[in-house]
Amino acid sequence: MKVSLFITCVSDIVFADVGKHTVEILERVGCEVDFPAAQTCCGQPAYNSGYLQEAKKSMKQMIKAFKNSEYVVGPSGSCVGMLKEYPHIFQGDPEWEQPAIDLANKSYEITQFLVDVLGVTDLGSTFKGRVTYHPSCHMTRVLGVKDAPQKLLQSVKGIDFVELPVKEDCCGFGGTFSVKNPEISREMVKEKSQHVSETKAEYLVGGDMGCLMNIGGRMRREGKDVKVVHITEILNTHSEGGKA
Amino acid sequence: MSVKIGDVSYKDRIDKGIENDFMRQAVSSAQGRFRKGRLSQAEELGNWEDWRQLGSEIRTHTLENIDYYLYQLSEQVEKRGGNVFFAQTAEEANEYIENVVKKKQAKKVVKTKSMVTEEIGLNEALEKSGAEVVESDLGEWILQLDEDPPSHIVTPALHKNRQQIRETFADKRGYDKTDSPEELAAFAREQLRHDFLTADVGITGCNFAIAESGAITLVTNEGNAEMVTSLPDTQITVMGMERLVPTWEDMEVLVSLLTRAAVGQKLTSYITAYTGTRLEEEIDGPNDYHLVIVDNGRSKILGTEFQSALHCIRCAACINVCPVYRHVGGHAYNSIYPGPIGAVLTPLLDGYDDHKELPYASSLCAACTEACPVKIPLHEQLIRHREIIVEEEKKSPVSEKIMMKGFAQWASNPAAYKLSTKVARTALKPWTKDEFVENGPGPLKGWTDVRDFPAPGKQSFRAWWNERAKGEKQNANS
Repeated sequence: MKVSLFITCVSDIVFADVGKHTVEILERVGCEVDFPAAQTCCGQPAYNSGYLQEAKKSMKQMIKAFKNSEYVVGPSGSCVGMLKEYPHIFQGDPEWEQPAIDLANKSYEITQFLVDVLGVTDLGSTFKGRVTYHPSCHMTRVLGVKDAPQKLLQSVKGIDFVELPVKEDCCGFGGTFSVKNPEISREMVKEKSQHVSETKAEYLVGGDMGCLMNIGGRMRREGKDVKVVHITEILNTHSEGGKA
Repeated sequence: MSVKIGDVSYKDRIDKGIENDFMRQAVSSAQGRFRKGRLSQAEELGNWEDWRQLGSEIRTHTLENIDYYLYQLSEQVEKRGGNVFFAQTAEEANEYIENVVKKKQAKKVVKTKSMVTEEIGLNEALEKSGAEVVESDLGEWILQLDEDPPSHIVTPALHKNRQQIRETFADKRGYDKTDSPEELAAFAREQLRHDFLTADVGITGCNFAIAESGAITLVTNEGNAEMVTSLPDTQITVMGMERLVPTWEDMEVLVSLLTRAAVGQKLTSYITAYTGTRLEEEIDGPNDYHLVIVDNGRSKILGTEFQSALHCIRCAACINVCPVYRHVGGHAYNSIYPGPIGAVLTPLLDGYDDHKELPYASSLCAACTEACPVKIPLHEQLIRHREIIVEEEKKSPVSEKIMMKGFAQWASNPAAYKLSTKVARTALKPWTKDEFVENGPGPLKGWTDVRDFPAPGKQSFRAWWNERAKGEKQNANS
């Protein structure tokens, strides 16, 4: 199966490892992975801030970049969720509506792709450590991916999985919300950090680097020693703890 | 009062909310209870999504045919001895009600369960014309004594706890007992009972007006509303023009959604319906009845992409799940309608000038949209507001505009984008220490004021990918 990687801007620039784990996992399950280099950002920062015209420019770039792809898979529920909004945004546009629908229909978040498309719930991963999981808002509520990450995590051998209290609460990232309303955002992420501490987990896992960057950044500021990792990092392990 | 409840700046309101530990604790624990109740009640119903769908369809149908149903409602109310007045504006509504009160030479008005009268500033108007107005919903009464605006739709005094309420009763009414809920409630009951018995006019809001019968329904847990609707000889109902349903069956669906979504109850203690004036064989109810239907900006929303905001049945489920509300409290919204629905509705009713920050006071987590029992896409409407603020109202900050123009150029030009993945690390180097930025420049400042920012990696993903592809090619050739 041919899969085009949608790496997302945050992963490309800040968290390249997330992209590497995603590639390796996809290859392990037999996918042929390509990386359309013309891709940029999904447009979410502009779209969510009300800059529709500016957002559309990046959206059009993304539509063009993935025009020939069979499947588009990315390691972020929020960014993939944004691609799924394209048809609504370009509704009635004679030139872009259909291409937008095409892109939305073939796009998947990585765990969603593994579980729902490939039917894989066990990657044979092994990971030793106490792990809790933060389900990102856009991943669960906008994209509708709730069970896939949990299923995959629960199949990891050796994992000591513990539920995060009030896990469905937003971490306070919200893209530009975090810089436009830093005080409110701070209170939200403080609360999330507190909940993570309550679990006594060594690792906080999530499916969206925006949220993880926020929670991780706050916990570091608070001097907490919790490792914040993308779910692909856990799924791409074969030996004891840490990286593959 | 109007939709807007004060003149404090957005920044100060936020700070004040965040610094109020007392309020935050009260709000947080109430949110926990309400959320738990809603989820368990929804689960018990089994097919919650079907119910939501039905609720949403009823609201859509009603709004699409609102002229027909308003006409039917007014016909039915008049048939049952009531007077109906359509008020385009707050002033028209207040003037009509003032005239009714004056004509009766009323000295005391008891009120209950009405947000729309807060919206139009009715109390002030009536007091100016010489009548005493007593709020008789317990929460509203506490707030009236304290001269404090409501902070929640269902539980208006949510931001106060019992110690504060005890203090208010002691300061304003000489209360000298403990802060036990039973003693506090008994005191309020004793005080209010006198007002019910001596009031000349009763004014209530309306949860749902039933078009087919002209009945007005009220959903409460206290029984105070029943005193208002059965004792005074003159009755006035004030309703927002969207608060109607076609039939009793529709009302049943919406009440089921309302009580579950609001406080996690199957039904409330009282669901009262009253229709027109007292009949000869009846022992209570008014001899004079008026229904005031308030537009005050609502009809401007009809037919727009915000129409579904009028679906709102004032259950506050969105408020009860909102993490922003939890940390800043209802007063931070500076509106009679706080929380996510307030952030959507307030600029629609009162314009953007005083409320342009509200649509941004959300992380767009969509918990509100998920909780709404009548399926208002609240977080999407907040985005739409932001678009209007940026593109039509042109009220966004210049620095942000420049940044977003830059974003568009960056994200629509793969070469520029690729270059940025290469140079990001170097660009942030002056601020980077141990792979993190702790005190960032420009737009990063808001971020790094409260948390650390990870430095861009040594190698971008695409650089790694290209290297890997090259390596594979070399391996294949060797």
